[in-house]
Amino acid sequence: MRGVKKPKLAVWKFASCDGCQLSLLDCEDELLTVAEHVDIAYFPEATRAVQKGPYDVSLVEGSITTPHDAERINKIRRMSRYLITIGACATSGGIQALRNFADVNQYIRIVYAHPEYIETLRNSTPIAMHVYVDFELRGCPVNKYQLIEVLNALLNNRRPNLPTYSVCIECKRRGTACVMVSEGVPCMGPVTQAGCGALCPSYRRGCYGCFGPMEVPNTAALSACWSNIGVQKDDLVRGFRMFNAYADPFRKESEVHEHA
Amino acid sequence: MEVLERAELDGLLNELKRRGYRLIGPRAERGAIVYDPVETSDDFPAGWQDEHQRGVYRIQNSGGNALFDHAAGARALKHFLIPPRRLLWRAHGGDSDFTVETPRSTPPHFAFIGVRACELHALALQDRIFIHGPQPDPEYKARREQAFIVAVNCHRPSGNCFCASVGSGPAVTAGYDILLTEVVDAGRHYFTVAAGTVRGQEVVEVLGLRSAEAGEEAVAEAVLQEAETALTRQLDLSGLREVLLGAADSSHWESVAHKCMACANCTMTCPTCFCATVEDTTPLGSGTAERWRVWDSCFTTDFSYIHGGAVRKTGASRYRQWLTHKFASWEDQFGTLGCVGCGRCITWCPAGIDIVEELDALRRKRQQKLQAV
Ligand code: SF4
Ligand code: SF4
Repeated sequence: MRGVKKPKLAVWKFASCDGCQLSLLDCEDELLTVAEHVDIAYFPEATRAVQKGPYDVSLVEGSITTPHDAERINKIRRMSRYLITIGACATSGGIQALRNFADVNQYIRIVYAHPEYIETLRNSTPIAMHVYVDFELRGCPVNKYQLIEVLNALLNNRRPNLPTYSVCIECKRRGTACVMVSEGVPCMGPVTQAGCGALCPSYRRGCYGCFGPMEVPNTAALSACWSNIGVQKDDLVRGFRMFNAYADPFRKESEVHEHA
Repeated sequence: MEVLERAELDGLLNELKRRGYRLIGPRAERGAIVYDPVETSDDFPAGWQDEHQRGVYRIQNSGGNALFDHAAGARALKHFLIPPRRLLWRAHGGDSDFTVETPRSTPPHFAFIGVRACELHALALQDRIFIHGPQPDPEYKARREQAFIVAVNCHRPSGNCFCASVGSGPAVTAGYDILLTEVVDAGRHYFTVAAGTVRGQEVVEVLGLRSAEAGEEAVAEAVLQEAETALTRQLDLSGLREVLLGAADSSHWESVAHKCMACANCTMTCPTCFCATVEDTTPLGSGTAERWRVWDSCFTTDFSYIHGGAVRKTGASRYRQWLTHKFASWEDQFGTLGCVGCGRCITWCPAGIDIVEELDALRRKRQQKLQAV
């Protein structure tokens, strides 16, 4: 990149917990290297210095939950050459998409003293339902190495190494014995996309599905596995309604059991 | 044949350590028996026994003393001989030059303790490909040739083992440096010892063991007999290749695909599955590029990706590929079956899909079809 102007990077936030942006800050040593190669032009979580757009790369965290956000994301898209969404909120609607299965007005009445001040959308939706997205990086939160890999690949004009197969593959490479088979622990691994390095199973817990559906998720077959180890209908619904509840394959499977 | 008392087992381990080997043997981890680094014989899973069903595995301690009272564990030896992730080469680029460097390190000297008959056959399959095949893998070859093998005969095969049907067990017949048969009998705990190689013989001689008495040999023989009797699962191999090659458009694959999640646990735990992919990386700011080899599986979409898309898009086509390769086209390619009957893929498939059952079902369907004609 010698002699070439550094690409301008912007980091945007919508409805989210900031955890994914923190993953970027959490890169520490690598972050300094990233900063050598990109110009961090807009990143309010990290610095108050702001450069005006347009931006070469926009990282977008969070889901769309308000009419104002729905407008704002369009402006960001217009200002960005590449738009990359980061995290479960931005890629599937996040945990807040649980509202999509309920009546959001009822929630508002319970939570806020003055519901009339609240202007919100019925559903929490992923960014790609509003604008064109160049790349979706999954995870709740995203994996910092994957985040660097995306930026790295972009800077080097190559395809990122980001697998879309199951968590099980990472789990077996790590040498962990399957928690579902050996302890009867319900695990979302077989239908969930790799990315975390199979963290939870390595601590003998089932996968929570943070990275959303894998490339060919056979959710019905997983439900059959869970039923075999004694998981009841309500917990099947809950299992699929976690951080990626509104991702199509998970949503549909949860609805099958809700209405069963 | 010599006798090694239980109390002398650490003498064997120490001698191997003295010769510079890193010991890898079975251990009871939480939930499973796995190959892992071990230091002393106390690390072995004394009293631990395993139960295998389709998609179900449990270990429990019987309170006994036997150290090798289990069948094939959750981790195969490929973890050590074909590591899941390995750097193949690193390239350095400057303004005018480009150099490629292959990492050269001394291969680890492993001594594998407690190796089963099926695993020795799996190693023999991999040797055929990675040592004697047209594209040998120097790293595998180096690791493999260093590896010292202390095999232990099975005396408690699992409900999913079918090694006898494919001719790979339960008795160990070849491929070891030292072969032990564990005997826990009438208040005694010992191993009968046989050396299979010159270096195995050297180690046995250093230990200065006494010769086995006729009675001890007879008891060890009985242990083997027990294992043969306990092994009840069978796979009918007759004409299996034709059954599979004739089943390319069988509706049976669809019915398996309903259960199969394409999660790849089967191929990852299989001791003979060796497929890998390469990942090219560019460490930021380093001016280098790296190529890594990582374990892959025929159950992933990328595995069959060629220009324009993946060839095997459905679960049915991937399962068919796996089974047909193992039991039919592997023969054409490498001259043997691709399966050693360890039963891992049956135990560790979370959906409990059983290859022996699926193969039998395919055979029945073919017979029905032939009768109908
Ligand atoms: S056969 Fe079982 S272990 Fe193999 S991919 Fe299918 S569900 Fe996974
Ligand atoms: S196919 Fe299954 S039974 Fe055969 S060697 Fe592989 S894991 Fe073992």
